[in-house]
Amino acid sequence: MSSLALRPCGDFRTSYKQDNTIFETKTIRRMAIIAILVLCTAPLFLDGYLLTLCIQISYLGIAALGLNILVGYTGQISLGHGAFFGFGAFASAWLNTSFQIPVFLSIPLAGFMTMAVGMMFGLPAARIKGLYLAIATLASQFIIEDFFARADWFSGGSYGAAAEPLSMFGFVFDTDQSFYYVALFALVTMFIWACNLLRSRDGRAFVAIRDHYLSAEIMGIKLNKYRLLSFGISSFYAGIGGALYAHYLGYVSAEGFTIFLSIQFLAMIIIGGLGSVKGTLMGVIFMVFLPEVLESAVSVLKDTDWGNVPMVVDGLAYIKEMAIGLVIIGFLIFEPEGLAHRWAQIKNYWKFYPFSY
Amino acid sequence: MTESILKIEQVSLAFGGVKALSDVSFEVAKGSVFSIIGPNGAGKTSMLNCISGRYQPNSGKIIFQGDEITDLAPNDRADLGMGRTFQNLALFGHLSVLDNIMVGRHHLLKNNWITGPLYWASSAQNEELQHRRKVEEVIDFLEISHIRKSIAGTLSYGLRKRVELARAMALNPKLILLDEPMAGMNLEEKEDMARYVLDLNEEFDITVVMIEHDMGVVMDISHEVMVLDFGKKLICGLPDEVMADPDVKRAYLGIEDEEIQEAS
Ligand SMILES: Nc1ncnc2c1ncn2[C@@H]1O[C@H](COP(=O)(O)OP(=O)(O)O)[C@@H](O)[C@H]1O
Ligand SMILES: [Mg+2]
Repeated sequence: MSSLALRPCGDFRTSYKQDNTIFETKTIRRMAIIAILVLCTAPLFLDGYLLTLCIQISYLGIAALGLNILVGYTGQISLGHGAFFGFGAFASAWLNTSFQIPVFLSIPLAGFMTMAVGMMFGLPAARIKGLYLAIATLASQFIIEDFFARADWFSGGSYGAAAEPLSMFGFVFDTDQSFYYVALFALVTMFIWACNLLRSRDGRAFVAIRDHYLSAEIMGIKLNKYRLLSFGISSFYAGIGGALYAHYLGYVSAEGFTIFLSIQFLAMIIIGGLGSVKGTLMGVIFMVFLPEVLESAVSVLKDTDWGNVPMVVDGLAYIKEMAIGLVIIGFLIFEPEGLAHRWAQIKNYWKFYPFSY
Repeated sequence: MTESILKIEQVSLAFGGVKALSDVSFEVAKGSVFSIIGPNGAGKTSMLNCISGRYQPNSGKIIFQGDEITDLAPNDRADLGMGRTFQNLALFGHLSVLDNIMVGRHHLLKNNWITGPLYWASSAQNEELQHRRKVEEVIDFLEISHIRKSIAGTLSYGLRKRVELARAMALNPKLILLDEPMAGMNLEEKEDMARYVLDLNEEFDITVVMIEHDMGVVMDISHEVMVLDFGKKLICGLPDEVMADPDVKRAYLGIEDEEIQEAS
């Protein structure tokens, strides 16, 4: 969606169809397809640990994309996304163990269940804005957490719930290598779904509401319906992400789905870029690798004479949380439009190099 | 007079103690250009807001194409064929010009959050492209094809007003409400805008209700003019009749004072 001037010369569009593609140019599209093909071969050369991180990026990325549709594209806010992620995880495990619904069905069903719950909480939220909305969604976070703690039949209480691995046609996806493909497939599908949503009627309606809700209403867009729908879609994504997480780990417990996770999701989309599909992925990759990088930095420090300070080495857990906070503040101050924006600027710089204007 | 498309019956509207509109009644003939003039604060925008549904009148009726719409939600009025532009720019700033205008097709499009994302597998792609063609007609008509990919928020004032008109036209309206479409424009832009308003009225058969301060333009292109002053209707009639009215002259002395003050 760059402006006319930034397209390479020789790239003319002769039909509206060509002018309406997800990728700006054929080259970028080809590169994206090649990237996906390369990703398909990743299990051949990545070790189990890096594959784990890739899978993590996938399920977190799906959930974060949902949040970006709500926050970045519709201009609402949610502090309860982590709880919806957890709800999807428990729901899929519950559907599978209690009703023997096969996992490949229970994952999408869990998505729809989370969507329904999200819309229930979104119903009052669709009428309020800003700070009030933030508080209302914060309430949804705590109510759902409380539900996890009380509803033993659903969440297994303090023991947590076991989740069967995904199996299809007799093949069980219970290794990092095999589940990687499930995660990649889900990620690509959900991202394409979002790209298409955003270039069709309802996606435009979301952005219209964000940019100017009064004129959106005059254009025939029913505000409450679309705000609610955005909540629904965002929860759907959270639910799918959570369900994948459940069947990957094989076990779900409520501890992980706190307000801290909700804030991490917000951090991902702020760092990546609000209102950017590409940025969402960048933000998630950043947030997944940040603790890893910190950890290896600390382990390097350990081996030096001067760096082996107990405060740093033993305080790693705190440092990680502080670093996330610092990074969010840093981005809000220096790069409020996120990594996606920085990326676009670097791209333009090279496109026009050495003429910087 | 021919059949009326819009009928306002004794509409009153108050904000606390301020009576923005008092018992205003008028009719707009189908196919006409109807202008509302009056000094600042006379209640012109409030009148348009009542028609488009942003404000609910305290009393009175609004009848559009024979049906009462006084209590209808604003978004439902788009379906009935009513479009509008705003006095203060109201584009979707981060969307491209094209997407802004495509939003105007919202109530005519059928794809939704399930079929839209299925894009190639549903009829969504076809539908979007078909409507894109309609949008391009509007873009050609308003001569904004060179900026169709620009982000709306980055455009000049005059162009933004034109894009707003395009967005309202994309609704396929039978009635279009324009709130000061030429305010803040230079002479050339004003002339263009006046021509577009005339053409959309004649070629696209859209009835126009317009608020405008530039008396030259109003006299040139209106079939009928109504004067509002302190929320009351002073007079309504042919442009020449209205201009000849002594009350109007007096009311307009007020606006000239203001204009002089603004200029200095
Ligand atoms: N939302 C509102 N709240 C309070 N007062 C309003 C509101 N809208 C308009 N008014 C008042 O109503 C009167 C008419 O305003 P308006 O319709 O904007 O006038 P015009 O468009 O003719 O300049 C003014 O006195 C204005 O202050
Ligand atoms: Mg006004």
